[in-house]
Amino acid sequence: MTTPEKPKTEAPKEPKKMNGAEALIRCLENFGVEYIFGLSGGAAIPIFDALVGSKIKLILVRHEQGGTHMADGYARATGKPGVALVTSGPGATNTVTGIMTSHMDSVPIIVLTGQTITAMLGKDAFQEADIFGVTMPVVKHSYLVKKTNDIPRVIKEAWHICQTGRPGPVLVDLPKDITSAPFTGDTLDPEMDIPGYKVPGKPSKKDLIKFANAFKGSKKPLLLIGHGAVISHAGKAVKRLAEKLHAPVTNTLLGKGAFAETHPLSLGMLGMHGTAYANKAVINCDLICSIGSRWDDRINGNNAEFCVNAKKLHIEVDPAEINKIVKPDAYIIGSAREVVEELIDYVEPLDTKEWIEELAYYRKQWPLKYSHDKGLTAQYVIHECYKVTQGKAIVTTDVGQHQMWAAQFYLTDYCDNWITSGGAGTMGFGFPAAIGAQFGRPKDLVVAIVGDGGFQMTLYELATVFVNKLPVKVLIIDNKYLGMVRQWQELFFDNRLSGVDLEGNPNFVKLAESYGIKGFHIHKVEHCHDVMTEAMNYPGPAVIWAEVIKEDNVFPMIPAGKSAYHMIIEPPPQTQKLEKPTGST
Amino acid sequence: MTDSTQKSKDTHILSMLVANKPGVLVRVALVFARRGFNIDSLVVSASINPKYSRMTITAKGDLATLDQIIKNLNKLVDVLHASEHDPTHSIDHELALIKVKATPASKTAVVKHSKKYHAKIVDVTDNALIIAQSGVTEELDEFENLMRKYGVIEMVRSGKLLMAQGKEAT
Repeated sequence: MTTPEKPKTEAPKEPKKMNGAEALIRCLENFGVEYIFGLSGGAAIPIFDALVGSKIKLILVRHEQGGTHMADGYARATGKPGVALVTSGPGATNTVTGIMTSHMDSVPIIVLTGQTITAMLGKDAFQEADIFGVTMPVVKHSYLVKKTNDIPRVIKEAWHICQTGRPGPVLVDLPKDITSAPFTGDTLDPEMDIPGYKVPGKPSKKDLIKFANAFKGSKKPLLLIGHGAVISHAGKAVKRLAEKLHAPVTNTLLGKGAFAETHPLSLGMLGMHGTAYANKAVINCDLICSIGSRWDDRINGNNAEFCVNAKKLHIEVDPAEINKIVKPDAYIIGSAREVVEELIDYVEPLDTKEWIEELAYYRKQWPLKYSHDKGLTAQYVIHECYKVTQGKAIVTTDVGQHQMWAAQFYLTDYCDNWITSGGAGTMGFGFPAAIGAQFGRPKDLVVAIVGDGGFQMTLYELATVFVNKLPVKVLIIDNKYLGMVRQWQELFFDNRLSGVDLEGNPNFVKLAESYGIKGFHIHKVEHCHDVMTEAMNYPGPAVIWAEVIKEDNVFPMIPAGKSAYHMIIEPPPQTQKLEKPTGST
Repeated sequence: MTDSTQKSKDTHILSMLVANKPGVLVRVALVFARRGFNIDSLVVSASINPKYSRMTITAKGDLATLDQIIKNLNKLVDVLHASEHDPTHSIDHELALIKVKATPASKTAVVKHSKKYHAKIVDVTDNALIIAQSGVTEELDEFENLMRKYGVIEMVRSGKLLMAQGKEAT
């Protein structure tokens, strides 16, 4: 008896034909992308299809804004680009806030948007939005892909552009017929074609010597550390420079961590809600050197009165920042780390003994402080969080009072551990950014310090946390107000409160529990420490609802549009009427 | 300072070499618009390499903002270079088409003036002439003013084209 011959299943292996979407995902895999934060829809289905069986893990988010903030948080925590994937139309427009947030803070993200088929472009097709046009003012660069075989080059360029020079978001709009069509190109690693793209090189020795000479003779120097120092990982170099010069260091909100805030030379954050001693240093210094800061209006206030008697030096990766706000006496173009590493050899130690003593006096005279007189304060809750986590957590925030208090009371000594929406001031950023950070650094403790207002803008991502079993801790500072606006209305608008009362807040513990997440509640000074300790040591995700006193203000404060001379260090007497601020926002 | 010298001092001519890609014009225009800078004229044309296009932009405004604009234009990935050119080291040229009323009485005078300004009459109908003139902007302005006396019906001007002299690249 013979057995029928089995049909030959092992045909000679030909490389499997890819479509555009598969080529796209293969390219991203080759770049080492670990996660894509995505939400699907009709025009993006081919791309989601290509993700089945991919090495890249798709994280299904609950809203596209959350997805882009996750990509952003992932990028800031790891230094690698974050990738978001959404569909066309509303899916795409929902990413605009996230893209703008990354753009303002120079964060490398790639946003892939599905698009209607090319034949329907411009014809008001279902879910068609001109996202290429909509996002143009808030991207570093963008593409509308018109040929399937262009996909590998576009992705390679996007990957390169988003993270070199001054990083920023790149959007790639992908029509559905382009991702569905067969990819017939020769290679997934083609040459880039971006002759107009310029990345600054290393500074020349001549420029370094000239720049280093500008420090000579300064008796009251001040180093101003910005986000550029964080992005370029200039931490070690900045420490060596500061110690060699004996120069005190202040940091911007986004520069937190590039120079250890517990270092004796650190004055902490400067600016609108910076420490009094950092702002006194700004007033009294004879030289200020920005290392990767863009002299933001939250620092300068009134440019005409900013460091009038000080020599101004600027280390900057983006030539367009030179002379934009401050006209520097000397500047040097390059990445903060590369410049500072080289600069160290050319500078000489300065005699700053008296200056350091003067600053020590300010520090003693006007320390950051809070009291328990009126009950549980946000400052105390955040300070406890700092103590319990020994300052080692990755902290993300939204924008507003809680953000400023977190900046003041959660000191950080580590680059990449402080993730906040600085330039854009985006409410709802902190929580999804924490999710992205936790994906990027699974072993680190991640705490999102958020306000009750901001949290409610992106809280739907609790589901994402639950599904992925991420041990993110969400510390909600609930004062039942949009607190920063309330503070301005109290101080500058005769306490005429308008649109700030968050009446109707939920019970955040029950809310968390309904998502299957453990909730903790802090509402008294006495048990704050114990609950915080338990919550921060809880192995899974946790929401910590801290109900703090409703009416409290952030001090010190420099009213918008004013210089550090007008700093209000202590709460003014109720009878004193303050002028309305003239600065931008 | 007279009005005309003030005008020329505030007027800047930028020339750019850009990638010949969709959207590049919008990106360039946004750099101006965001800063409230009005563009007086803009010429986009081919360059000797079909991959790139030339743009010549004339705009009025303060120097500090202009400096920011040039830097931000250079920052655009699709821009190979953008620079302002010193009028003493560059040649600029412009083209105008002017439709002038032509009555039997005025025709002779219009033709005479056109000759003097090296302008060409390119179309003649019963009651109008179309005159093409090319030259430096100031000459075009003068001729335009002269023609207004006879009744200008319509006018189209190309905006300035600029090229750096000698070895300097535009």
